[in-house]
Formats: sequence, C-alpha cells, structure tokens
Amino acid sequence: MDENVEYYRQMLLIRLFEQRVEQLFTEGVIRGTMHPCTGQEAVAVGVMAALSPSDYITSTHRGHGHFLARGGDPRLMMAELFGKKTGYSGGRGGSQLMGDYSLGFLGGNGITGGSIPVATGVGLSLKRRQQDAVAVCFFGDGASNQGTFHESLNMAGLWDLPVLYVCENNAYAMSTPVHQALSIENVADRAGAYGFPGVSVDGNDVSAVRKAVVEARARACRGKGPSLIECKTYRLSGHSRGDQRRYRSAEEEQKAWQQDPIRRFREKLESEGFMDPDGTDQLQHEVQQQLEQAEQFARESSFPDPDDLEKGLYATDQL
Amino acid sequence: MRQISYSDAIREALTEELRRDEDVFLMGEDIGAYGGAFGVTRGLIDEFGAERVMDTPISEGTTAGAAIGAALEGRRPVVEFMFMDFIALAADQLLNQAAKLRYVFGEQASCPLVIRTPTGGGRCYGPTHSQSLEAWFVHVPGLKVIAPATPYDAKSLLKTAVRDPDPVLFLEHKMLYKQQGQVADDDEHDDCRGILPLGEARIAREGQDITIVAWSGMTREAEKAAEELEKSDVEAEVVDMRTLSPMDTETLLASVRKTGCVLIVQEAPRTGGVGGEISARISENIYEYLDAPVRRLASPDVPFPASPVLEERMIPDKNRIVEVAVEMLEEGI
Repeated sequence: MDENVEYYRQMLLIRLFEQRVEQLFTEGVIRGTMHPCTGQEAVAVGVMAALSPSDYITSTHRGHGHFLARGGDPRLMMAELFGKKTGYSGGRGGSQLMGDYSLGFLGGNGITGGSIPVATGVGLSLKRRQQDAVAVCFFGDGASNQGTFHESLNMAGLWDLPVLYVCENNAYAMSTPVHQALSIENVADRAGAYGFPGVSVDGNDVSAVRKAVVEARARACRGKGPSLIECKTYRLSGHSRGDQRRYRSAEEEQKAWQQDPIRRFREKLESEGFMDPDGTDQLQHEVQQQLEQAEQFARESSFPDPDDLEKGLYATDQL
Repeated sequence: MRQISYSDAIREALTEELRRDEDVFLMGEDIGAYGGAFGVTRGLIDEFGAERVMDTPISEGTTAGAAIGAALEGRRPVVEFMFMDFIALAADQLLNQAAKLRYVFGEQASCPLVIRTPTGGGRCYGPTHSQSLEAWFVHVPGLKVIAPATPYDAKSLLKTAVRDPDPVLFLEHKMLYKQQGQVADDDEHDDCRGILPLGEARIAREGQDITIVAWSGMTREAEKAAEELEKSDVEAEVVDMRTLSPMDTETLLASVRKTGCVLIVQEAPRTGGVGGEISARISENIYEYLDAPVRRLASPDVPFPASPVLEERMIPDKNRIVEVAVEMLEEGI
C-alpha cells in the first residue's frame, strides 16, 4: 500500500475510533471520561510516520490518536476504556493511562504538562547511550504555560538532548482560547529562549507535520539537540465528554470543519490519483469492521477481579 | 567495623553503588564541585565525572521528572533535593507520575528512582528549610519512604534503595550528618554485604516498661531519654521504625505487647503525622494489651520558626520524652 494511503487509513481509524467511543460514553456503556482528538489526526499520524521503532513517545490526556498511530491495538484500547482486565492497563488506567512500552509508547498522562519532564529524562538517558533514537513529547498549547515546560526545555537546550517537543496547538485549552492564555502568538517562538529551533506547521497537513518531524529527528540524531514543533490544528470535538462548547460559535466550527484534515487529505489523494472513491469507501469499511471487532472484544472480555485491587503496586507483589 | 559519620556513610553507599552499576547516576543542585549543600556528595564528581554526578538547574519538578524518564529507560537515578521543603516543587512528578506507573502500566513500567533529601529542624533555618514532610509521602501508595537514624542504616538502606525497582524517598536528618557510628564494609566478593531489607524496624534498645517509637532524628533523642529513664529504674524499649513505608507493624506490636505502654515521638507537627498512623495500628490490633492510652509527642501545629528559642520549644527532646514517659507510667500504675 502506498504510504499516503496508509496515513489516510490511520487517520480514519483514529476519527472513527473516537466517534464510536464518544457514542459509547453517551450511551453509558463506557464510564468515566475521555478527551477526543477529532480534528487532530494529522498530527498523530504525521509525527509517528517520521519515527523509528527505537524512539520513545509520551502522550497526553488526549492520546488515543497518538497510540493508534504508533500501532496500539484498538481491541486492547477499547477494552481499557470498558474497564476490562484485557485492556492495556488491566482497567486501572482508563482513557488517559494506557501504554505499550514495547512500542516505545510510554502512555498518556492525566496531568497537563506532566509528561514533559519525563520525556526530557528519556532523552537524557538516550543521549548517554548514544543511540540513534529520540524521545517525542506531545503536549498542548495549554501545557506550554506550565512551569515544567520552561524547566524542561531549558534543560534539553542546555544539554542538547534528543527530544522533540511536539505542541498540538488545537486553539483551546478546555474552553480557554489560546490567545487568552498565551502571551505571544506562536508557541514555537518560545524555543528561541532555550537556544534551539522552533517551527510552526499546519497541523492539519499530515505531510507537513511528517516533514518537520523528519528534519527535527535527523538533527537530534546528529547530536544537535532538541526542537520544538508547533502543529496548529483545531479540536473539532469538545474538550471532553459532556462539553456543550458554549464558548465558541457554530460558525467558527463550520469554518474549522472546512479544514478537516481527513477530508483535505482524501481530496488530495483522490485528485493526485492515489485513491479513488471506491477505494476510500473500501478502506472505511475495513476500518469500521476492525472497530466492530475491537468493541466486541471489549464487550466479551471479563472485568478485573476486585480481589486483585491491592496487587501489583510494587515489583515484589506483581499482579 | 569502622566508625564513620552518617554523612560519610551516605557518601560511601553512593560511591559503592556508582562503582557497582554503570546505570547509577546522581542528579541535583550543586552536588558536583560544591559537593551538595551538606557536603554529602563531596568529591564524587572527581571519581565519576560530571555525566554521572550531574549538577542541574534549579528545577526540582523537571529534575524529578527527568529522573523518572531516565529510570523508565533503564537507568538508576539518585536525585538530591537540597532541602525536603523544596520537594513541594516536584510533588506532581512524585505523586502523579512515579507512584502510579507500576500499578497502572504493570511490569513494563519499572521506575527505580531514589530521591534523597535532608529533613528536620535544629539549625534555625526557619519555616521553609526545616520541615519533615514524610507523612505526605507515606500517604501515597506506590512510594517507599526510608528515614534512617544511624550511619549503619543510612549506608545499608541507601544501597538497598538504589537497587530497589520502585521509587524510594530517602530522608536524611540534618542533625544526624555528623553523628558517628559503625558501618558495613564493602566487599568485592559479596556485593550484598551490609544490605538491609526495606520494611524492617530496629529495636534500638531493649526494655520492658515502656515502648518509645521514633524514626530519623527523634531516635537519638529517644535513646538519650531511655538512658535517663534507666537512672530511675525504668527500662524503656526504643523502636526505630527506619522504614515508614512499607511499615513494620509486627515489630512495633511485639514491643507494645511486651510493655503495654507506648509513646510515639515525631518531629513533624502533630496533626496528620505518621505518629497518628502508628497509634491507629496499635489501637486497632492490640488494644487489649495497652495499660495506658497511646501518647504522641510531636511539634505543635505551627510552621517551624527560625529563632533558636522558638525552635527549641518546637522540637521534642530528651527531657520532654522523659517527662511524658514518667507521667504515663505513673498513670498506668
């Protein structure tokens, strides 16, 4: 399969996964909360397309897309959302805390900005080992206002660590528009204060994201240190389940949907002859089937045994 | 066995572990050429270099988080925070990140991290350089908390902590750094020599009339009080908890079963302290063995003042331990 078609498939998988999961929350089948990444699929897929299997990734509260694009198994993710034993974290982590270290995917994070120092430390260790690998740190525009952002980027710049700081600027920190929380226009411009490059790219263009990450990764692997890549995108969904989106207008959202990264990419692929409408329909059908299987797996899986509640806190008492 | 100071004992533990395992490295503020605010890491940079004895910017949050990231990548970082009070700046990384990893992500998420930090008053450093915040962390499942009182325990338990696969908080009391005592020697043929398991309390002194429970800096005061009590024919047993999490309830209960009378001495302010937890464990389990209500001696519920006169009133000492112990024994009779 052409790599572009594969990127399209991944973006579609993320979109339909999030839509189905939102629906299951609404129906009360899944409990708790989730933060959909609808509209941000090109960032997840574009970044992962540029990475190598030896790289590490830290994700955020809005991390389903990152995980799927890195190769996370939709069945085990869905089971985790259902709170089932077969889920990635055995039902202990839920939406925000699932990971697969064999994929270098260190998991999402429930604390805004919480993973920025952790990714920095992975980079510190990788630099010592002089491996051809980088740590990729996802965070949002909101997290870029946390103190850990400043501390971490300073340290990474100081020690030339192989860390790629990927800011998904999706225009809102929950309900707060980015211009109400950020003292400058571009998060990327902050990189200059730490002595390394920062770029702003169209986060709804999977190819542009991929290109920026390929360059930053090559630079890091040459020992030149970190980069800050700001992917400007738009969160088409609400912040989390139950968000009525009263803080923005329907017109604004309609305008944003015209920049829908998936539709844009499909039109591009079809106009350039990589795909035809039949092919895209077929892909959609396959992805839908995969998700149905994932859901069935989750529904049929067992819940964790409550008697195991206190197990697995320390290495001496593994679950 | 050799006699060295508590501070030298910690340095020996670090030196031996740095030599033993290439993945061990130190991070902290001014731990290189300066040797740390209390001189504990003095000279280590000469043997191990700046890559393994890393001076960090003043960024406690990211230092803790970076240590977590390095640990997840297979390293064994040992972080020094200059004063325990500063750990507030790293609280998110310890509570929300390190402590949750293994429970949520399972075996794949091993986080062998040690945070060393000096605690306690006695030096007139005032409200933000004198606190003993162990109760905060004992309250967080997923973190282990060690608070040694002797050079032997400091060295042996720190070596254990460095080898432990989970995050450990290692609390050093400022007033103990100069205290002399025996330590276990390193042995090139047996690298487990002198290693102590976590979660075992120590009977610092045997007795059958009253149990005095303490940890860290208060252990020494408790021992001095026991010597004083001996002059009035009172045989006090001193239980040094050493590890606060996991807590050795068995040793504690065995001592109280024997004496029927227990005084808990804690340097931190009274309310919400570890002493309350110890008291509850005794009452819940062996209420019928008690000849008198469990008593706690602690700092009052105020911030640590700087003035020597105020600080002296603040911290429990030998004389007050003796006073309360005598009172309890008289009531018990």
